Amino acid sequence: MRSAPWRSWHKASAFIFCVALPPIATAQQPLDTSKLTSLVRQECGSCHGLTLNGGLGKPLTAEHLKQWDREQVIHIILDGVPGTPMPPWRPLLSEVEAGWIADALQKGALR
Amino acid sequence: MRLMPALASALFLASFAAADAQQLRGTGDLGIVVERASGSVVIVDVSKRVAIGRVSGLGDLSHASAVFSPDQRYAYVFGRDGGLSQIDLLTGVLAKRVMQAGNSIGGAISDDGALVAVANYEPGGIRVFDTATLTQVADIPATGANGGTSKTVGLVDLPGRRFAYALYDAGEIWIADFSEVDFEGTVAPRITKLSGVGKLPYDANVTPDGRHYLAGLFGEDGVVHVDLWQEPLKAVRILDNYGRGEEKLPVYKMPHLEGWAAAGDVLLLPAVGRHELIAVDARSFKETGRIKTYGQPVFAVARPGGRHVWVNFAHPLNDTIDVVDVMTLAVVHRFKAGPAVLHLEFAPRGHEVWVSVRDADRVQVYDARTFARKAELEVKAPSGIFFAARATRIGQ
Repeated sequence: MRSAPWRSWHKASAFIFCVALPPIATAQQPLDTSKLTSLVRQECGSCHGLTLNGGLGKPLTAEHLKQWDREQVIHIILDGVPGTPMPPWRPLLSEVEAGWIADALQKGALR
Repeated sequence: MRLMPALASALFLASFAAADAQQLRGTGDLGIVVERASGSVVIVDVSKRVAIGRVSGLGDLSHASAVFSPDQRYAYVFGRDGGLSQIDLLTGVLAKRVMQAGNSIGGAISDDGALVAVANYEPGGIRVFDTATLTQVADIPATGANGGTSKTVGLVDLPGRRFAYALYDAGEIWIADFSEVDFEGTVAPRITKLSGVGKLPYDANVTPDGRHYLAGLFGEDGVVHVDLWQEPLKAVRILDNYGRGEEKLPVYKMPHLEGWAAAGDVLLLPAVGRHELIAVDARSFKETGRIKTYGQPVFAVARPGGRHVWVNFAHPLNDTIDVVDVMTLAVVHRFKAGPAVLHLEFAPRGHEVWVSVRDADRVQVYDARTFARKAELEVKAPSGIFFAARATRIGQ
């Protein structure tokens, strides 16, 4: 888990931030889409099902997600849904990465 | 001690000899490893630490689990997609398979081995089958006191041909008594419903003696306890003040209570949203201590005998295992097993422990006493590991 000091260091030095967080791309770097695809299938899949058809969590199918627009889906990914087990992914994902995931889910491209 | 070099004991799955039903052998030291992404299971010989077969065509095996027939010949595998598969460990084939629901989360086998029950998310409830034929014996929808349907979690067997489970959405615990039920369905099971037990019970387990059913709550702090020896049954909140007023971390993987460690007179429970285990006195159910762990615990599995508890952790700290000494409540060993440690299973009397390392496509076997790695098996994206000796244990 990234603690508060990391965030202030981030502001102080983008270079240190990049070095300190090797697994996740920053906005300036190309997205590692295979890593993001794996993250969605495996980690999101532990609640939403490996095929994203739902489990304890709701389905992440294009059909189910069309009730929200792109910005709403990004918001749910980054900030979670309070009162439910859906956690905020902001500590682990950038806005760009959440946007890529939202687009891919809404197109049904990750199933 | 004779240690086999890890590579020498690795068996590449392509070179399986077909399981030979003509060869006399017991099945008590066999087991299965779930290959979650490919819808298959690998059959393993626990004593020899090798894979001896693979059974495919089992559907979506994310979060799959298994129970075993009393003779330890058959495994019943519960898939996420509602598939219930009966695997013959002796001949290495899929014996029977039914699609019993749309979306499922584990199951249990009755103490007499006659009935296998599956917990379902969609439609919520349990369905119960004849273990010999996989024909349905009962269908019990999970309609809570509020009238709504509910996902069903934490299904375990209890002594006396009973099952206990929790209703996630409705916040209830039900005990279904099948002691008088016949296979024609003319006698209905007797259901005891405990309502208003707490918000979002997400998983549950029963102590190895079959007496205490414990359900973890996600929607609020605390754990629900049902003493199954008491009449009438009632749900009592324990650990009520645990975590009150403390900020929780995001939970990237729900703890599992399947491996809830019951070690002698202490239970070690994974805390929700914290890098901690909670130590609970197994008689008073009062908290007796906390153990700081590497990450948020997912499984806390007691070595048979109870001296040590092995713990794995939620994403993104899921490359590490902590070993906790139950006497001192201290982490006595911490090591990196590899990327995405998903599950742990001890050999029946605990001399070795098998660890699935999903993103390394490996199952590792460790000496439980020296912590040395003794063998490695190549398995595709392994998740759950289940040994046939579970057939002899209540609640597994």
